[in-house]
Amino acid sequence: MKPDAQQKVALPPKGTVVLEARAITKRYGHVTALDRADLELRAGEVLAVVGDNGAGKSTLIKVLCGAVIPDEGQVLLDGAPVHFRSPLDARRLGIETVYQDLAVAPALDIATNLFLGRELRHQSFAGSWFRFLDKARMKRDAQREMDELKFRLPSIDSAVEKLSGGQRQGVAVARAAIFARRLVIMDEPTAALGVRESGQVLNLIRTIRDRGLPVILISHDMPHVFEVSDRIQVMRLGHRAALTTPQQNTMSEVVAFMTGAARGTAPVEPNEAPQQNGK
Amino acid sequence: MGTKATPGATEPEPMTVSAPARPKGGGLARFLTAPTIGPLVVLLAFCAVFSLSTRTFLAPGNLSLVVQQSVIVGTLAIGQTMIILTAGIDLANGGTAVLGTIVAGKLVAQEQNPVLSLLLMLVLCTGFGLTAGLLVSRLWLPPFIVTLGLLGIITAITRLIAQGGAFPVNDELLSWPGNAFAVGDTSVTYGMIIMFGLYVLVWYLLTQTAWGRHVYAIGNNREAARLVGIPVQSRLLSVYTFAGLLYGIGAWLALGRIPNADPNALQNANLDSITAVVIGGTSLFGGRGSLWGTLIGTLIVAVLRNGLTLTGIDPLWQDLVTGILVISAVALDQISRRRQR
Repeated sequence: MKPDAQQKVALPPKGTVVLEARAITKRYGHVTALDRADLELRAGEVLAVVGDNGAGKSTLIKVLCGAVIPDEGQVLLDGAPVHFRSPLDARRLGIETVYQDLAVAPALDIATNLFLGRELRHQSFAGSWFRFLDKARMKRDAQREMDELKFRLPSIDSAVEKLSGGQRQGVAVARAAIFARRLVIMDEPTAALGVRESGQVLNLIRTIRDRGLPVILISHDMPHVFEVSDRIQVMRLGHRAALTTPQQNTMSEVVAFMTGAARGTAPVEPNEAPQQNGK
Repeated sequence: MGTKATPGATEPEPMTVSAPARPKGGGLARFLTAPTIGPLVVLLAFCAVFSLSTRTFLAPGNLSLVVQQSVIVGTLAIGQTMIILTAGIDLANGGTAVLGTIVAGKLVAQEQNPVLSLLLMLVLCTGFGLTAGLLVSRLWLPPFIVTLGLLGIITAITRLIAQGGAFPVNDELLSWPGNAFAVGDTSVTYGMIIMFGLYVLVWYLLTQTAWGRHVYAIGNNREAARLVGIPVQSRLLSVYTFAGLLYGIGAWLALGRIPNADPNALQNANLDSITAVVIGGTSLFGGRGSLWGTLIGTLIVAVLRNGLTLTGIDPLWQDLVTGILVISAVALDQISRRRQR
């Protein structure tokens, strides 16, 4: 069964741990990409994951979205261990991923792109026997979701290639937001965008968080990270080198954690995490 | 917008976006911007020119002939359209159909059961479609190379089976698509009905089902299609296999048109079907185009050939005009794509 767009699981209260990675290790031959890496995402937050190239942040994210199977370690969703064999497994459990390279079909319209791979069929014999698509319902749902996300677009019928880069990425982010039931992972969503366009996507990230879906944001861009995240996890040499907030440390301090020039706050053990109410 | 930004954050500009110029609503405006409108205008223009310059073009018998002449390429072009929409290409469609006709023709010539011969023809062509689909979707070989190689293999098999001869087909079932009935002054063949039926069927699949959207999405951006969870491999496999079945039906229509299985028939059908698809406005880069455009493209070529013959112009000019049309169609596609950047 395909998940319905409207179907939303009751979200846990703010602050409870939604997704947890414990001591994830992943080796490629002699290279250890992840060395007992931890991650903990709480309800209602934007968790930024930063790190230098090769620090292991993309591998960690790929583990969380099912694209890479770890050698050791555990991933827990709502406290229960999960084993993703493919991105489809993660998606079935409500984890949606936004990729940096604009994963949209340019010649197709916005509504079609939003429902791509999850098309709704007509709720009649035409749908069940002849696989007739319910285009009107998809359009309506798409428009409503875009309105709820406060993401304004020219028309739900226009081809995605007629949109600006920011709007295109908005479509990809909106697709994740519509179908995610547990959390959204965003891999460098602003990397290909200009300043103004990045602003649109950052707004969208905040809206998603305020609607209750936690977000893991991978980014190189420190100003973006500081603008939108509630907590920042610094990756270095394949594990979590620091866990901080935009209020606790400055950008240059976080960069120092990334390069190893400074030692961050000792990574907090998951079970003795300080009670932190949102931000 | 509207949400509280974290302290110190720069408030990005509000997302007021000026809509790109787009014709508002109206059915007429939408009709005029539809991608098939250009080819349709060209088709009507040719029809107008030939009906003014010749007396016989508009005669019911002649129009029926034009459609009859386009039935085979028109059917092969359906499969070609589906494959080109996935950003592929098929050079083996005509060859596949010819092999089908030879196998069926030889079997009925040896007094085999015509129903089984017909079924074997369909299964054989579907099998070659399946083979191309497997090579393209499992080994990720380029469709151009796969179908070029298959064309060589299929042509060789055809020649080996035919042993230099052709097989006249006297069987009622195999030549059935050539039978005609009268509608007013016009004679309509069953082959025409089969072809139009297939156009309606595949149009439905391409535009009204999730499968069709996946076909377009794969041609647009294969990686994106994979990332959103479309089973790209099985979709590609189904496209090539289904195209193979259509080529088998095309072989049947060919036997109906000329009840003689000739190993040298349909030599240029592969390129003719690509011509029809391209003139119909479908992009060779995949992901955009329409099946009705292909039907119009097929008819444009048929009308052109027929009209030029009727006006008494040397047939050599037919290919020249067709060539100009192909280049113009691709140029238009390129220009419109560049303007959208």
